[in-house]
Amino acid sequence: MSIIEARDLERTFAVRRRAGRLRRERSTVHAVRDLSFSIEAGEMVGYIGPNGAGKSTTIKMLTGILVPTAGHLRVAGLDPSARRTELARRIGVVFGQRTTLWWDLPLRDSFELLQRIYRVPPATYRRNLDRYVELLALGDLLDTPVRQLSLGQRMRGDITAALLHDPDILYLDEPTIGLDVVSKGRLREFLRALNDERGTTLLLTTHDLQDIEALCSRVMVVDHGTLVFDGPLAGLRSGGGARRTLVVDLVDEAPPIDVPGASTDRVEGPRQWLSFPADASAAPVVAAVAAAYDVADLSLQEPAIEDVIRELYAGG
Amino acid sequence: MAEPVPARALEPVRLYGRIARMWIRASLAYPVSFWTMTIGAFFTTALDFVGVWILFGTIDGLGGFGLQEVALLYGASGIGIGVADLLIGSVEQVGQHVRTGSLDVMLVRPVPLLVQVCADRFQLRRLGRIAQASAVLAYGFGAVDWSPARLLVAIGMVLTASVVFFCLFVTFASVQFWTADSSEFANAFTYGGNVLTQYPLTVFPGELVKMLTFVLPVAFVNWYPCLYLLGRDDPFGLPAWLQVAGPLPALLLCGVAALVWRAGVRHYESTGS
Repeated sequence: MSIIEARDLERTFAVRRRAGRLRRERSTVHAVRDLSFSIEAGEMVGYIGPNGAGKSTTIKMLTGILVPTAGHLRVAGLDPSARRTELARRIGVVFGQRTTLWWDLPLRDSFELLQRIYRVPPATYRRNLDRYVELLALGDLLDTPVRQLSLGQRMRGDITAALLHDPDILYLDEPTIGLDVVSKGRLREFLRALNDERGTTLLLTTHDLQDIEALCSRVMVVDHGTLVFDGPLAGLRSGGGARRTLVVDLVDEAPPIDVPGASTDRVEGPRQWLSFPADASAAPVVAAVAAAYDVADLSLQEPAIEDVIRELYAGG
Repeated sequence: MAEPVPARALEPVRLYGRIARMWIRASLAYPVSFWTMTIGAFFTTALDFVGVWILFGTIDGLGGFGLQEVALLYGASGIGIGVADLLIGSVEQVGQHVRTGSLDVMLVRPVPLLVQVCADRFQLRRLGRIAQASAVLAYGFGAVDWSPARLLVAIGMVLTASVVFFCLFVTFASVQFWTADSSEFANAFTYGGNVLTQYPLTVFPGELVKMLTFVLPVAFVNWYPCLYLLGRDDPFGLPAWLQVAGPLPALLLCGVAALVWRAGVRHYESTGS
């Protein structure tokens, strides 16, 4: 049986709008509609979509914070909103933009309190804490109040907090937002190991395609409240026809660069913008440019999720 | 896993204790700040009654009540709101939890929401108010001609007062689920109810007293039980049984508070942040 099962999930919000001096109009907005998917235990799924597409609404329904307007939803065999506190013991939630820790307390106190709240057996608690503190390099930070932690440190603290009770499912909402490259890499590595060793089901929302690339075998793309894509990441890229951009800074101004596999979109003094299909490797393009021109600097831009999705629509 | 029923019923209390204890420990990390705040709270509220005392320097009675009798009323109401404020005063913050989204975090924890909201930022320094009110009440007890029945009513009075303010806090804080921030509106009823009951209700018009009996029943916090303790007839000619009826409105208010809170949470769950 699937660990998460959603069928024809729908969620509407009543929006009041001012219409005239005193009159207010009520209208209904569909945040999510006809959403159907199922996730097997142990899967790592990326859930992406532009802002306001319905990602957060979905996560809130899956955790029991929001009651669906219609449709069928089971998480770990439970109806989330009806049995919220029961479900809470089976899931872990990491909100990238806000902390689940207590702002004024040292990390250690927050963890101890969570142990009591989730009634984690002392032996399990010790084992998990030692493990995550080591893996996430939190050892020196345990006695620091949460408010004094950097964003990356806090995020590691939050992830530890979400895992102390050995949840079957871990939801991560923008877990890498605002993190530097090294922290991002470490975090991804940690999540992959968690899934490998414990079989924890992961559902993460993100704006960073690289998160998905590193972690998820499966992507669900939501737009305007419905799934527009559900499948492997490669399928999304090649099907969508999105393009990556290579920004080249030459030593001197030159006519548009001409290398196989890429086209030059823009020239501005010594700087040129080359684009090539997102599913192709950047290596041959970079090599060809470096071989034929005097290059001062290079940088690579991934297609934004929004572009991929726009392409997806245009292609589909 | 079937747990014995009493253990399950006490679970929220146990969790409340855990969270509160952690906040106490956190506040004791700054002992100077803790003690100045606690002693400060004691003196600010202490001065409050000094005002009444000074008033009695120029008058002999207030609405037919002497200083010691007014102290009895003042102390009972003060302990009631003090205990409620200590235990669940943080419920006022619910609007802020809605605005900042911390309510979502609480909703994904396996603890009843009310327990989490009430225990959040538990402040032991609120004991200052209770200490002051207890001192005033002890002085007021000197006016009572004690009997076993009166002792029982006195205990019942303190409990009723706490429960009534407790319910008012929860009920009016729940309004913030709809309005996001209306703590001032709530204060009008909670602290307002406290201020009204610091004086003998004989200083107010009869209509107001009826309202404080049947609509916003803060008169049961101290007025009716004190009439019993002092062996007085009801100055407004209301039936004598009201004097010992306190627990009844307290229970009713519990029901109302639970309903309004539930409706508030339900409303939140169906609108999100």
